[in-house]
Amino acid sequence: MSTPLVMFLIFIAITLGITYWASKRSAGSAAYFAASRRVTGWQNGIAVAGDYMSAASFLGIAGIIAFQGYDGFMFSVGWLVAYLTVLLVVAEPLRNAGRYTMADVLAYRLKPRPVRAMASVSTLTVSTFYMIAQMVGAGALVALLLKDSGISYRAAVIGVGILMIVYVVFGGMLATTWVQIIKAILLMGGTILLSILVLGHFHFSFGAFFDAIAHVTYHEKGQEVVKDFLTPGLRYKPPYGALDLISLGLALIFGTAGLPHILVRFYTVPDAKTARSSVVWAMVLIGSFYIMTTFLGFGAATIVGRDYITTHGGTNMSAPLLAQALAGNIFFAFISAIAFATILAVVAGLTISASTSFAHDFWTNVIHRGVERKPGEEVMVARISAFVVGAVAITIAIVLGPTANVAFLVALAFAVAASANLPVIVLSIFWRRFNTTGAVAGLTVGLLASIGLILISPSLMAVDPPTVTGAARHLIQAKAIFPLENPGILSIPLGFVGAILGTLLSHEPTSEHKFNELLVRSNTGLGAERAGAH
Amino acid sequence: MTAMPSEQIGRFQTDKTEWDNIANTQEFKDLMVTKRDFIVPAFLFFLVYYFLLPILVGYAPKFMATKVIGVVNIAYLFALSQFFMAWTIAWLYVRAANDFDKLAKDIIEKAETRAANNKGGR
Repeated sequence: MSTPLVMFLIFIAITLGITYWASKRSAGSAAYFAASRRVTGWQNGIAVAGDYMSAASFLGIAGIIAFQGYDGFMFSVGWLVAYLTVLLVVAEPLRNAGRYTMADVLAYRLKPRPVRAMASVSTLTVSTFYMIAQMVGAGALVALLLKDSGISYRAAVIGVGILMIVYVVFGGMLATTWVQIIKAILLMGGTILLSILVLGHFHFSFGAFFDAIAHVTYHEKGQEVVKDFLTPGLRYKPPYGALDLISLGLALIFGTAGLPHILVRFYTVPDAKTARSSVVWAMVLIGSFYIMTTFLGFGAATIVGRDYITTHGGTNMSAPLLAQALAGNIFFAFISAIAFATILAVVAGLTISASTSFAHDFWTNVIHRGVERKPGEEVMVARISAFVVGAVAITIAIVLGPTANVAFLVALAFAVAASANLPVIVLSIFWRRFNTTGAVAGLTVGLLASIGLILISPSLMAVDPPTVTGAARHLIQAKAIFPLENPGILSIPLGFVGAILGTLLSHEPTSEHKFNELLVRSNTGLGAERAGAH
Repeated sequence: MTAMPSEQIGRFQTDKTEWDNIANTQEFKDLMVTKRDFIVPAFLFFLVYYFLLPILVGYAPKFMATKVIGVVNIAYLFALSQFFMAWTIAWLYVRAANDFDKLAKDIIEKAETRAANNKGGR
């Protein structure tokens, strides 16, 4: 058995043990969906970081920096700054006024059934797209990391999928939380170790390190080139580069605070003050991590080099190959195991948020008008839907195959969160006049605008040369109509306009009458859900 | 009622409700003003500071490539400063939010006392 496989198995054994422990503490809706609201501030903060930092962050950003230098580092900034929106605007009102999902907050003053139905559609869309992107990436990556053990893409996807289903179905939010906490600690530990080794390689001289970054040598089209990797412009090129980055920034700043799997985490803590402190904990971890991507990415660029990475698995392998170059195969196995843990924690978080929304919003509140017909039904429905969501994600990931172009799905998930979810959350909390028509219009317009713009963007529309075949080919073989890969710059204003126009064109006195209740609840915590044994 | 039983954690609404009463107290208005006075400027500041990065890098690349310390340029330092900006605002917010908590605690206590008195009076 290869060393990476052994480390993977150790991680799996520990997390299954946690799932068994958690399964005995997950009876009842509050226990299953919100870990009984007894997660502490630092625990939840670490779990938020573990939920958020996907393989795309760990391996992807290290790879982008290794290949495109400064632009990759600039790309990583928005992922932290986005948490200021979560901290200042969303986390506390949501904790004060909601129970399990973001739709709880909307349903206070608006007509619950249409709003919950549409919010559930949006939540399932965001979670499923994000999950498929993670699963395809996970399959390709695990197959690559474990290629010595003979694990295929298909086996890797099924393995990751089954584990994620087991965590969520049996262990609920409590198991998911601890998988995320362990993953985040492993990820931070591995990153710190790798950063120290990179600096050690340059004899702990920042001067020597940055000098090396300013003279990175590699081959481009057969020619040797030397580039200053600190200079902007290697990734975001004119004419649309800057605009695309601004558009991505908007999607991050407004989308992170609308990501269902992040929002549900704030229901796991006892009160709004703890929700606040957990955001701060998350920001410390996430910020430190992204600062250290400097060492991971630039370290890979200078110590391993683009040429070697290209011929040994490509950009995503930058961080594991750096570990191998610095400390040999054991460290390669350790970093690979961290990547594996990272993937599992994120897909488990996505699965539980999707199944919570289906069970709580759609099943209990839309179909059965808020009445749980028999105790435990809501949790049972959530368990079944977690299984279905997982099975669907496994199937789609296998059908798409390892070469499918899925990176755009992450951009799409953030765009939908920013354009559909965030406008209605914010307007519901802050605008007295806001009403049901506005919420449904905002969610619908934001969702459709994001999907529509992605469909006509360069991610899905381009003319491929005949040498590109199969799943790697673009869906529509024509010049892209919308020039940006990130639709946020247009879809976010459209989402807000939809919500505002829908409101102004209709009249709903009950929504305005109940505004004071939501205002007082969300701002003071009066009447908020408490932590409990049940 | 269109509202659902499982959503009704607190009280029912009537024409002149307890929620409206609380919303109209001076204490609650003070809380809202205190929160707004911190959150709105902080939010606008971080939006401007963050979007200056892609705007400057995109539209003033020569300026951003100016080397400041050895080979390290303005672009890198400005990107790095974003992390400290975010942490600083988060820290300032936590400090300010302790005041929000004090104001909110008064409002909650008064509301709960009133509710208890109403019950006892009946």
